[in-house]
Amino acid sequence: MTEFASPTARVSTRPAASRRDIGIKRRYAAERRFRAFGFGAIAIGLFFLAVLLWSVVSKGYTAFQQTTITLPIEFSEKVIDPKNERATDPKQLFTANYPLLVREALVKQLGLDPAKRPLVKQATDMVSASARSQLRDIVVADPTVIGKTIPVTLLADANIDSAFKGQIDLTVDEARRKVKDEQVAWMNTLAEEGVLKKSFNTGIFTFGASSRPEAAGVGVALLGSLYMMLIVLVLSLPIGVAASIYLEEFAPKNRLTDLIEVNINNLAAVPSIVYGLLGLAVFINFWGMPRSAALVGAFVLTLMTLPTIIIATRAALKAVPPSIRSAALGLGASKMQTVFHHVLPLAMPGILTGTIIGLAHALGETAPLLLIGMVAFVVDFPGSPLEPSTALPVQIYMWANEAERAFVERTSGAIIILLIFLIFMNLGAILLRRRFERRW
Amino acid sequence: MSTSLLLLIIALIGFIAFLAGRSRSFARSGGKLSSLHSLPGYHGSYVAIWATLPALLLLAIWLITSPVYIDYTVRSSLPEPVQSQGAATLQLALGQVKSVAAGFERLNASEISAIENGSANMRETLASKGVALAGEGEPYMVKAAQQFNAMRQYSRWLMSVAVLLVSVAGAFYALRNIDVRFRARNRVERVMLGSLILASSIAILTTVGIVASMLSEAGRFFTMVSPMEFFFGTVWDPRFAAAGSGGASGQFGLLPLLAGTLYIAFVAMLFAVPIGLFAAIYMAEYASPRLRSIAKPLLEVLAGIPTIVYGFFALVTVGPFLRDISTQLNGVLTGNYQNFIQAQSVITAGIVMGIMLIPFVSSLSDDIITQVPRALRDGSLGLGATRSETVKKVILPAALPGIVGALLLTASRAVGETMIVVLAAGVAARMQFNPLEPMTTVTVKIVNQLTGDLEFTSPQTLVAFALGITLFVITLGLNIYALYIVRKYREQYE
Repeated sequence: MTEFASPTARVSTRPAASRRDIGIKRRYAAERRFRAFGFGAIAIGLFFLAVLLWSVVSKGYTAFQQTTITLPIEFSEKVIDPKNERATDPKQLFTANYPLLVREALVKQLGLDPAKRPLVKQATDMVSASARSQLRDIVVADPTVIGKTIPVTLLADANIDSAFKGQIDLTVDEARRKVKDEQVAWMNTLAEEGVLKKSFNTGIFTFGASSRPEAAGVGVALLGSLYMMLIVLVLSLPIGVAASIYLEEFAPKNRLTDLIEVNINNLAAVPSIVYGLLGLAVFINFWGMPRSAALVGAFVLTLMTLPTIIIATRAALKAVPPSIRSAALGLGASKMQTVFHHVLPLAMPGILTGTIIGLAHALGETAPLLLIGMVAFVVDFPGSPLEPSTALPVQIYMWANEAERAFVERTSGAIIILLIFLIFMNLGAILLRRRFERRW
Repeated sequence: MSTSLLLLIIALIGFIAFLAGRSRSFARSGGKLSSLHSLPGYHGSYVAIWATLPALLLLAIWLITSPVYIDYTVRSSLPEPVQSQGAATLQLALGQVKSVAAGFERLNASEISAIENGSANMRETLASKGVALAGEGEPYMVKAAQQFNAMRQYSRWLMSVAVLLVSVAGAFYALRNIDVRFRARNRVERVMLGSLILASSIAILTTVGIVASMLSEAGRFFTMVSPMEFFFGTVWDPRFAAAGSGGASGQFGLLPLLAGTLYIAFVAMLFAVPIGLFAAIYMAEYASPRLRSIAKPLLEVLAGIPTIVYGFFALVTVGPFLRDISTQLNGVLTGNYQNFIQAQSVITAGIVMGIMLIPFVSSLSDDIITQVPRALRDGSLGLGATRSETVKKVILPAALPGIVGALLLTASRAVGETMIVVLAAGVAARMQFNPLEPMTTVTVKIVNQLTGDLEFTSPQTLVAFALGITLFVITLGLNIYALYIVRKYREQYE
């Protein structure tokens, strides 16, 4: 513009300073700042994701290793069945003094003087108290072992486990830590002899609840979660698909269907704990179903998952182009045949993706399960969905409330297991979408 | 005959009926399939539906009503002294009769007769079979239990016969109807449509169930504690639910819980909204497709992580971290190494909940920002505005209603969030405004009041339902308003 105003003037005689100041520098600086804020926000979000995952993994990966002590246990008849009554009184094998066997084996292994009681006590404290039930199960399963000496792999106590993994600060004054100096010395000698070693922890996948960290696992909780997921799948997929087919393909546009629509959108946003209250009041209190049962948990989670599945299914049905329907109807198919033979198969990938995502949500849900009594100390595997059981996230919640340090490791381990399941489910959903996605 | 066996037999009859219906339609058509109105499969399904549906309905009705009837008959046959002792005792006696009856089913005839003539102790005999009685059994219970067992057996037998009869009769009735011009498909499709309608009404039933169950339980609570005391009380001190204590011995003030809930949600929103909004703007306006395709799913991973994991993260990582850093800070500044942030505090719960909400804010706002028409954006850029000016002056004002809706949806999630606050916010119900101290929320108290052994008559338990309905109403209000705004916004640009 300046050039038009004075075509003959040279640019150098009219320096930039006299141009109308539109604050371009300031504006560009603001632009850069704004951009940096945006980038920073994403970076902060990803940073927190990284911290969260790192905090869980760094605390939890050691839970997949367990320190064990392999001792030659002498199943002496003197200890197990001193009066030789096991043929007449089967209870004898259950009540025998099994810890004594462990003590004797350990005393022999470490070469201690059995008369020094405090020392021997410290040594036996290195082995988990679950050794009793472990040895009992061996003897009950096969009473012929009595009188023989067999090497048995026993769990180390949680404190020794932590010390062996290097999680306990040994420079702290001895009186203020749970692992004594003698125990550390024995631990090191046993480790040198190859008696005490770390191995992959299968127990965390197979054990049930226990007040001793080393004998606690998510096995029972996993089975409970599996029951629930199966029932949720069996109930919510058909009901959800049927409901969406009706709403999307058949329902007349009127007040009632409008109400159902608003209703479903709202149900998707109702806090999950409210579903727990519903389950408690209706299923347990009113219908008299058993507390802590996987079946009740599954019902509650089904109601919670349905809106998610319905919304996803309706979107998938909507994405099928009308030409498919017109073609089928034009060839003489009935409305029902059109939907079930042509529209539904084409919408199936979208429906399954939505279902998997809904199930993944249900798998991680804790709050409603707390209210229907799944906060239960369940030791035995539930034989059916009607027996008391617990679920993986609830197990995590219960462990998170435990005071012992070793439970933090277990909790993180359980979270890793839960996250791995969720990753697989979500990956499955993504692959399904990639593999079968159609562009019309 | 057990119920599952009966179901299996009905399924079998249904399958046979399907085959029979199909072959009959074949036979009727005389080999010319095109003369049939419906395909043979539809005829088969028609017969199968008639064979199973009425029978299943009858089975369901019988299973629901017969226990009620048997209970009523046995209860009215109990001796007069028990009858006159009031409903609670009667109920207790009936419960004992039922457990005696369950025990009798495991005994053999000689053991039962031993109990009958008094030569064996009932409680010990039953205990040896794994049935524990609450008290010493009374003699009248033996008779009542036998009556109970007999009636149950008779009812079971009658039910099996009736159900199977209905099933077979239905199959034959339907089979007789089959003809060349019979419109089997239309009938089958009508049943299918009925089941579709039934499925979609479950959504309504859920809402009705939520509202009805909570209203009735909360109603019982409000007969013990006045609504005024609950909604405007400033002290939360429910005491323990002592059996038989009856009346409301504690104080049930909602306000401290509500204050904690809103405070924590506010802190969480304060944390999540700027980060989420800026992330959404960057994602929608600046990011290259490559960055977007990596960063967006990664941020959404945050939304897929279960809340219990966030709770644990707050409990073992964020809480102790804040506590330790406040100790150090205090020590450096004043020389007094005393933490001024508690491990469980409003700010711990708020920050961790904020992290959880970031992806909600960002993906909801991202959707809304990208919905703003291209023309508005291009117009602004064409007039010489920078990108950030376009965002601030054109896109955000245009998207504002939608973003407000998204933020309300997020807020409703923050209010209803449970696991994070259970683990990170503390349990002390206090009214105070220091974010560094613990406070508690409505959801925490629902969990606290309802875990453990419950007694559904004490206000200490029932208050959870009053809290629940309060929470439900708050989130429902937020959701409906938010969905209304978002919907209106969408219509504006479609």
